[in-house]
Amino acid sequence: MLKLDLTDAPVPSRRAFLGAAAAGAVLLAFRLDLRGARAAGGNDALSKAPAQPNAFVRIGADDTVTVMIKHLDMGQGNTTGLTTIVADELDADWGQMRVAFAPADAKLYANLLMGPVQGTGGSTAIANSWFQLRKAGAAARAMLVAAAAESWGVPAGEVSVSKGVISHTSGKQGRFGAFAEAAAAKPVPQEPRLKTPAEWTLIGKRVPRIDSAPKTDGSAIYSLDIRRPGQVTALVAHPPRFGAAVKSVDAEAAQGMPGVVAVVTIPTGVAVIARDTWSAMKAREALKVTWDDSAAETRSSDAILAEYRETAKKSGLVASQAGDADGAIKGSAKVLEAEFSFPYLAHAAMEPLNATIERAADGSYDVYAGFQIQTVEQAVLAATLGVTTDKVRLHTQWAGGSFGRRATPGADYFAEAAAIVKAWDGKAPVHLVWTREDDMAGGYYRPQVYHTVKAGIDAKGQVTGWRHAMVGKSIMIGSPFEAMLVKNGIDSTTVEGASDTPYALPAYRFEVHNAREGVPVLWWRSVGHTHTAHVMEVFIDELAHAAGADPVAYRLSLLTRAPRLSGVLRLAAEKAGWSRKPSEKGRGLGVAVHESFGSYVAMVADVTAGDSSVKVNRIVAAVDVGIAVNPDVVRAQVEGAVGFALSAVLRNRITLKDGVVQETNFDSYQPTRLTEMPRVEVHITPSEVAPTGIGEPGVPVLAPAIANAVFAATGQRLRSLPLDLSSLRGA
Amino acid sequence: MLTLNLNGVSREVDADPDMPLLWVIRDRLDMTGTKYGCGIAQCGACTVHMDGQPVRSCQTRIGDVGEAKITTIEGVQGKVADAVKAAWRGLEVVQCGYCQSGQIMSAIGLLSDNPKPTDADIDGAMDGNVCRCGTYQRIRAAIHEAARTLA
Repeated sequence: MLKLDLTDAPVPSRRAFLGAAAAGAVLLAFRLDLRGARAAGGNDALSKAPAQPNAFVRIGADDTVTVMIKHLDMGQGNTTGLTTIVADELDADWGQMRVAFAPADAKLYANLLMGPVQGTGGSTAIANSWFQLRKAGAAARAMLVAAAAESWGVPAGEVSVSKGVISHTSGKQGRFGAFAEAAAAKPVPQEPRLKTPAEWTLIGKRVPRIDSAPKTDGSAIYSLDIRRPGQVTALVAHPPRFGAAVKSVDAEAAQGMPGVVAVVTIPTGVAVIARDTWSAMKAREALKVTWDDSAAETRSSDAILAEYRETAKKSGLVASQAGDADGAIKGSAKVLEAEFSFPYLAHAAMEPLNATIERAADGSYDVYAGFQIQTVEQAVLAATLGVTTDKVRLHTQWAGGSFGRRATPGADYFAEAAAIVKAWDGKAPVHLVWTREDDMAGGYYRPQVYHTVKAGIDAKGQVTGWRHAMVGKSIMIGSPFEAMLVKNGIDSTTVEGASDTPYALPAYRFEVHNAREGVPVLWWRSVGHTHTAHVMEVFIDELAHAAGADPVAYRLSLLTRAPRLSGVLRLAAEKAGWSRKPSEKGRGLGVAVHESFGSYVAMVADVTAGDSSVKVNRIVAAVDVGIAVNPDVVRAQVEGAVGFALSAVLRNRITLKDGVVQETNFDSYQPTRLTEMPRVEVHITPSEVAPTGIGEPGVPVLAPAIANAVFAATGQRLRSLPLDLSSLRGA
Repeated sequence: MLTLNLNGVSREVDADPDMPLLWVIRDRLDMTGTKYGCGIAQCGACTVHMDGQPVRSCQTRIGDVGEAKITTIEGVQGKVADAVKAAWRGLEVVQCGYCQSGQIMSAIGLLSDNPKPTDADIDGAMDGNVCRCGTYQRIRAAIHEAARTLA
């Protein structure tokens, strides 16, 4: 629910509450393990997934093979990767492959790393589907072979398949379409033989993206492009402050404007329903709404951060500890201390949030959107619309980015769309559209976070102890996910990447404080790692310099039990020419390495720093994602992570003044632009381990690599994000 | 009633002259290849051609279009358009793809005027087109690639 913070704000109405309750009920058994992908390599549960060719593979009489995609593709390219897995085991020709987004059906399409929930997140699309789709493809292949063998009256063992052609040793040949119907009647082999890596023809090879053509000729249909007969567009006037509610509305002027169909008050604001988007925009401007701010968050973000600073001085909840960190630090030869702050960040995907709901004649509903947690979204829609979930059909569309924003635990904008349909009695298909301003000022930000770190080193430069405190609002506490992801008050999505550090620290103590505030927060591409990796990697760099050690060698000495991390670190350093550092004045190299979502990424940044300016010249990345199903998509995701995260390193922040968000469009919240894009090289570690994800893991290492490079170039430590460039003096 | 010359076809549109071209195309004519990203000419997702020149359709009043020829991603054609689309596909530029209609329209505009753009020329022509997926490295490479195939 928009601007409804489930922790602190009062629930504005029973209808809105139903949404959260429905999500909660669905999620009772939820066992999402955002780090679950880590175990994907040796995950027995994943490899034991049943063969379900009928759920995932559709072979048409026209010889096309359609793979049912259970995930949302918001740009990560998972439609291509998932299809590749099926096509390879099926021995199909890539040209005959098609994709279709699966309906909401958790029985068939649950994310195997999210328990009973169908959803996309935690960089798990390929990881959870790896065995499932190989088995589906292999079983479908076996069924086609059986059908062809029967038709030809030959033993199945004499039939082979290659590039979409079924052949018998006698020279008989046929295509899939001819045998599709007969194959469908064959029994499904439960343990079909899977190919060995040497037999792969598509996995690990260059395979073109399946969405390139429709995304370059304007034909790809995104959620915002849905046009149903008689459709109207709804825009909602939201309160300027989170947690505020409608006190009174004067809609007279708006109602009389051209194209306006209706104005209705809903729990999250006042909805204007009009013939088209522009008419709705004009009418919304003409609304006179008085807001009740009595339960609203009215503080400024600076004031909230100042409170974090005070909170960090107190003792917090212990996320992890070993030995006596304080005692170890006390006896150290050198003690270093630092603080880091991180702002709220908007996801700002190019396609603003939107969804279309259409009521059918029988009272059931069709909903069109970029669904990201179908199981929760369907439950919230059904509860808000007052029907059972089987009466709500989800039609997933291509999504114009998400970076986490399309997936909220309470399915916020779906509940809003459904509330409009209910309030207006669903007279026509309603397309709820959030403008850029609604999207950016609408909350669900990466939390504002504050860290303090203190560590000691001995006379040889070895770490003695590490003391760390984090303050921020938990994403999970108060959400329907709390029971599953919060243990003893510790939200794993706040501390991940710090309290479970792979660095061999002899003594440590990680504490966390859960801030209470009315700003809705959410996962933002790589979640907790967006801040924890930065703190860990910048502070390790500081220790290396204090020890007089090389930052790469220093890290390696602490990663002796983390071979995959060490591997990518060595590879990135080698490819970047770490040993031949630039001699140019004002230029420097910085490094960072981090594991997230079971994947390992190292980056070396090459920057030029001047007065109040940083230019990133080049990024060399090394990644270990297990088997790279589509190496070019892996590279693209890392290049894209750099482009996405760079503006957050250099300038992005969402600020509140007296509770009102100040940045509302791309003029005041400037994404990275083409001229700023560094040259990015991505090196992939060869591997035969089952694949993990790459949608998110490129993000966490960029900021610390750049900050460490700025230090190398200037001797100045810029710790907080965005980097305080105004304090920078060129060398 | 206004008459709009869109992709070579004359279209009658009943719209307030103040309505931005973007919303006429998307909501009145249901041609959705042209995208809404910001509404304030800060992102370029809505880029179309007006008499061959890239313009931001979110800032173009339908009343000001007159007899100008409007071309959208669905209708753009010719040697340059073909080369740009082929380069975009060959180098696998797209990720979410939402901004790419605008990127491609800007790139076609650039290459139509300047068949051999330098990096600085690309900076100048493309800096107004935002891609949140960060596909810029491939966008730049694809423009150079299209220029090579056109040479």
